[in-house]
Amino acid sequence: MTKKKQIPWEKKNLLGIEELSEEEIQLILDHAVGFKEILGRPIPKVPTLRGKTIVNLFCEPSTRTRSSFELAAKRLSADTLNVATASSSFAKGESLKDTAKNIEAMKIDMIIMRHACAGAPLFLSKNVDASVINAGDGSHEHPTQALLDVFTVREKLGKVSGLKVSIIGDIAHSRVARSNIWALTKMGASVTVCGPKTLLPAEIEKMGIKATSSLREAVEGADVLNVLRIQFERQKKAFFPSLREYVREFGIKADVLEKYAKKDIVIMHPGPINRGVELSQEVADGPYSVILDQVTNGVAVRMAILFLLGHARGKGGLKSRKNGKK
Amino acid sequence: MSILIKNGHIIDPAQGIDKKGDILIEGDEISQIGGKIKKKADVEINAEGLIVAPGFIDLHSHLREPGGEEKETVESGLRAAVAGGFTTVCAMPNTDPPCDTRAQVEFLKNRAKETGLGTGLPVGAITKDRKGTHMTEMCELKEAGCLAVSDDGDSVEDSVIMRRALEYASMADLVVMSHCEDKELVDEGVMNEGYWSTVLGLGPIPGKAESIMVDRDIQLAELAGARLHIAHVSTAESVDIIRRAKARGVRVTAEVTPHHLTLSDEALTTYDTNLKVNPPLRSDNDIRELKKGLKDGTIDAIATDHAPHLENEKEREFNYAPFGMIGFETALPLVRKALIEEGHLSWPELISKLTVSPAKVLGYDRGSLAVGEIADIVLINPDKEWVYEKSKVQSKSSNSPFIGWTLKGAVEGVIIAGKQVQVEQK
Amino acid sequence: MEFQKSSKILDGEGIKRSLQRIAHEILEKNQGIENVVVIGIKSRGAHLAERIAENMGKIENSEVPVGALDITMYRDDLTEVAEQPVVHATEIDFDITGKKIILVDDVLYTGRTVRCALDELIDFGRPANIQLAVLVDRGHRELPIRPDFVGKNIPTAKEASVEVRLKETDDTEEVVVLA
Repeated sequence: MTKKKQIPWEKKNLLGIEELSEEEIQLILDHAVGFKEILGRPIPKVPTLRGKTIVNLFCEPSTRTRSSFELAAKRLSADTLNVATASSSFAKGESLKDTAKNIEAMKIDMIIMRHACAGAPLFLSKNVDASVINAGDGSHEHPTQALLDVFTVREKLGKVSGLKVSIIGDIAHSRVARSNIWALTKMGASVTVCGPKTLLPAEIEKMGIKATSSLREAVEGADVLNVLRIQFERQKKAFFPSLREYVREFGIKADVLEKYAKKDIVIMHPGPINRGVELSQEVADGPYSVILDQVTNGVAVRMAILFLLGHARGKGGLKSRKNGKK
Repeated sequence: MSILIKNGHIIDPAQGIDKKGDILIEGDEISQIGGKIKKKADVEINAEGLIVAPGFIDLHSHLREPGGEEKETVESGLRAAVAGGFTTVCAMPNTDPPCDTRAQVEFLKNRAKETGLGTGLPVGAITKDRKGTHMTEMCELKEAGCLAVSDDGDSVEDSVIMRRALEYASMADLVVMSHCEDKELVDEGVMNEGYWSTVLGLGPIPGKAESIMVDRDIQLAELAGARLHIAHVSTAESVDIIRRAKARGVRVTAEVTPHHLTLSDEALTTYDTNLKVNPPLRSDNDIRELKKGLKDGTIDAIATDHAPHLENEKEREFNYAPFGMIGFETALPLVRKALIEEGHLSWPELISKLTVSPAKVLGYDRGSLAVGEIADIVLINPDKEWVYEKSKVQSKSSNSPFIGWTLKGAVEGVIIAGKQVQVEQK
Repeated sequence: MEFQKSSKILDGEGIKRSLQRIAHEILEKNQGIENVVVIGIKSRGAHLAERIAENMGKIENSEVPVGALDITMYRDDLTEVAEQPVVHATEIDFDITGKKIILVDDVLYTGRTVRCALDELIDFGRPANIQLAVLVDRGHRELPIRPDFVGKNIPTAKEASVEVRLKETDDTEEVVVLA
């Protein structure tokens, strides 16, 4: 491993990629290398967060992200507690603030939060002493997904800087897209987002990226395609006429890749895949696909984040709390 | 009972007065204005260094009574209004039940009178129960004391009902105050559509959702030959549409809120739910055009859209929090900062937008210090700095993003119908 | 900053001779290199492990498997250390079950580092035995741990610190005591 001076991690919370510096992103990725190695051991578990309690507060259904975080926490010997509530119940019943206070009264150290509303983890962090990790908030950010995505890109292609990465799908409602845009642009990649015009949000180019509705433009010259899940059934007032037409115009199929893509293109997907919709069967299982690596890397990256937040030197890290009020 | 205000800087745009002088009030009327007044009075106020102006008139507020008394009452709302220099406020009818009958109008008027804190002008609903389907009995509302009707909070979506309401209101000599919002286009939006809604992942509300309705209502008012007032204008396009309508003689007036002049959508990066307002905080360009609109007379008045909400309603996820912020107590310093400090308006121009101009919108005989007028007066210390602290908020609610701000420009005293009304010392 | 007196205990040549002797002692005690693997504690212990393994290999004319252990995750003092710990990958690409492990570190002091390393090694498998080799033993043990192979015993004051400087990490070769 190359020797370089590493900056210390000082943040109490991980709420989004927007607030991270390039150095902080690199720090997480560098640590994740070490944690990926631990995952390959006969006993893939280390005692570093022994005695810490981590709450998975999932106010929106999620299997993957929650399992990945739970596994990461367990691999670090933390105790985990799953609290699942439908966000909608907050709209009526107990307020998020009360829920937060109640969870905190159980003397916990970190809260991993998934919520349907943008900004909910920030709100939570203002109301609890524990560290808060955003596991996806509305259409805002999904920082750990973006970190595992860039980790996977770096692992597969050796670098991120200078690469052309295209994100394809429902950009408007995608927190994965936003977090990826921040992470990739901070690390020096050039980013293109592609989707039906109805799903490209206002002024997104001001994030320092290109936006297009031409799949060809997005695929040509791209080193990486990050293909987002399309949810048609949940759209109240449809953004495109039919899945059939979506597949025709924006589906990543073998012939599209043959015609326009680089030979060694890398194809990612945050999962779960709608096979035959955003990705054709053969592409999803094909040689370019690194989708399962993403899942493995997700645990390593999340371990790195839990470790760094757990040992943060900054205000509110576990260290300061040990001797502090609490 | 007589009051003599000495040595103040009198600014009365209605009469074109902008100079030092005294004012004598006898009974509830102004009996003498200008120059040195030698007469003895029961009370003498030394207004050295202060601006003496007509009491402010707010075209747009929510007093929440009846139905929302835990947020605000007529009494607490008017107290907050007085603290902000407002001696007359229009109370929007989106109460529970809504103000759509003579009984409701009279209830509100009497409630306001009981407080001794200035005039509460009930705005009647355009449609029964604010449902947008059947017109209210506007002639009776007028007789009961309404000067305007509005379904504020919603547009009257059905164009034919809006046309007939405009026609009918003009017959009853009522101004129709329109909340312009195409709810379909707003969809699930919670903030201005633009770069910041994209970055923050919050549901976008396009500016066009407002201006489309502004355009429709202006055209309908033209068709009806009615007086139309556009509430809380927030976009550059709306300003442009109103400007062009005025130029071709449409009887349209407009208002803007202090917060839309002060904050842009970028402020929402904090996800502070006190910044969640409807219409939403817009872009810097919109703010520039709003200021131009005020300057060139396209926008007639500054109105607060004072909208109290409980702390526990606001302290939650951005999507679930209600729209609105309180505004009476911060209006003056905010517009001072946005308009005077930046050189867009002079003090007389600014005071005009808070007094005679909104009075004209309503056809209301206040907003002037002319001899014989009801003595509603505000004393302003134009450069006094003060901190807007939560503990000092007069409103029953404290949903303001400006809490903690150091503000410049303070209301030092208020006289309502010839009586000094005590204002909390800031 | 306080002025520190530094005295050189070993120079490059001294380090080399110590490591050579340790290699011989390991071979003698284990009667050759069969089933012997060398694992160093990152980062300086890992460099020493490579050198020891190389010495052993030369003597026996064979290859000795070498690994490197990152013990950050097993430390019991993470919340107290001033510096933020940096996690590196552990590199052991062989099965340690049934092996005789020579665990290598630069300085043996309280014994806590070795305790972490033992915990971690046990999680990798079940070795036949674990032997400890250190370049410097400076005393002041806080745990019942003793080295099997020592380059040099240096009695020190508890406040003093011992620094092993290697060319891989420090561009020089020496052991100094800072008092």
